[in-house]
Amino acid sequence: MTDVGQAVAIAGAESFGKVVATVVRVTGDWTLAEDAAQDAMAVALERWPHDGIPDNPSGWIMTVARNRAIDQLRRYSRERDKLHEVAAREIAEQQIKELAEESQHSIADDQLRLIFTCCHPALALEARIALTLRIVAGVPTSRIAEAFLVSESSMTRRITRAKTRIISAGIPYQTPEGEALIERTPGVLAVLYLLFTQGYNPDGEPAFADEAVRLTHLLAQLIPDNSEVRGLLALFLLQHSRRLARRDATGMPLTLDQQDRDLWDRANIQEGLDLVRGGGQDGPYALQAAIAACHARAPSSGETDWGRIARLYDRLAEIDPSPVIGINRAVAHGMAYEPSAGLKIIDLLHRRDELDNYLPALAAEAELSAMAGNREHAVILFRKAAELSPSASQRGAFEARLQELGSTVEN
Amino acid sequence: MMFMMFVSTDTAPDIDEKGLPDIDDWVADANRRGRIRGDQLAQSTAATTVRVREGRLHLTDGPFAETKEVIVGYDLLECANLNEAIELVRRHPMARLGRIEIRPFATDERR
Repeated sequence: MTDVGQAVAIAGAESFGKVVATVVRVTGDWTLAEDAAQDAMAVALERWPHDGIPDNPSGWIMTVARNRAIDQLRRYSRERDKLHEVAAREIAEQQIKELAEESQHSIADDQLRLIFTCCHPALALEARIALTLRIVAGVPTSRIAEAFLVSESSMTRRITRAKTRIISAGIPYQTPEGEALIERTPGVLAVLYLLFTQGYNPDGEPAFADEAVRLTHLLAQLIPDNSEVRGLLALFLLQHSRRLARRDATGMPLTLDQQDRDLWDRANIQEGLDLVRGGGQDGPYALQAAIAACHARAPSSGETDWGRIARLYDRLAEIDPSPVIGINRAVAHGMAYEPSAGLKIIDLLHRRDELDNYLPALAAEAELSAMAGNREHAVILFRKAAELSPSASQRGAFEARLQELGSTVEN
Repeated sequence: MMFMMFVSTDTAPDIDEKGLPDIDDWVADANRRGRIRGDQLAQSTAATTVRVREGRLHLTDGPFAETKEVIVGYDLLECANLNEAIELVRRHPMARLGRIEIRPFATDERR
């Protein structure tokens, strides 16, 4: 991407949501809002190569977008005038005035309103994700479509249906308050979490992880006293800090003990640790962040405080009894106490859930069996895991473990 | 805006039976907060389904939904928006024992 292209993308990401938030608040018209923001970015791409990149790129985009919206409203107002529709014309004129004024409303309030509306639980989860990416983060529809493996027209339809549904279902353009805010925040965090993990999928769009971090930063500024928001931000930063160390030169995924800790981003880690230190440790994201912090603090994998991690997983498993958490807890117990402790937990999980073909369970049980000296059992499980692996690089990782144990996939 | 509220049974009701709201309390509270009218319906065996095809009348005994869940009542609500309607509907006992559909009227659709 050219310098101008990049400048527009960055400024656009920052200001798209702000523009939409303000225009929707004033006019209630999502299409007008999105078109205005989109047009402004197109104008920037045309003008900036000739006029140079402005000193305040996102401010420039916001001004142009606002003027575009005002132009549209003026056109609309004149049409109403011709048709003698006085009331409609007056409303349009009022909206023009509001948009043109220095707004009393804070941009931050508008953005918060936008995020909560796009993440309303009455919208389907995939609609919330698409809407948040397009409207709050300003990501082009084509890129969202690519990341989720659908056609661009499919994604456009999904976003349009979501906007239509907001209006037809009666979803108000509002930030919840008090009890409702506490109740609705996890829903927003869940969308951001999905965005972040999407960035780490093999086919995913890595920039979405960056987007999730940026939006969570924004949310932490807008809702400063929420420990789960801080916890999620800390979790993102700590996981993100390992992005350059996650895979080896051939693209094979590396486990924590295999990663080169010199490649971990210290600035991300520092910010993450500060957030963990400052926050509570009661909610699921805060607990996951505390666990990630234990790994981040250890100078080498051998110095990891597994006892603390095991105790944190005990608390997490009480709140969230899902198999993923259970398996991680089993591994933590295996590392902190002894392998049989971990295997015992996995055995209990098997009785509760259907985990026979669940890759993380196979891998965890294989590792713990190897640690316990039961090489044969470990080989059987690693072979099965290799067979079930969805990607070549994942399979390669299991085959490497088999080689280390002195076996191969065949024998 | 106007919302139609369809109260229905569900194959998987809430397992927690403590503190189930009282229906009369709900009606009294809802009347103060936008409920216009509503009622319990007769058993689904009392229902008749009507269709006309190519000029011919077809009657079926029973409700049209061939699902295990049945509509057992309705209420008409007037609320500012969906959030308000949800706040009202979530306190209905059938939100826990069954399921409730909230749908705006078509004439309310803006743009």
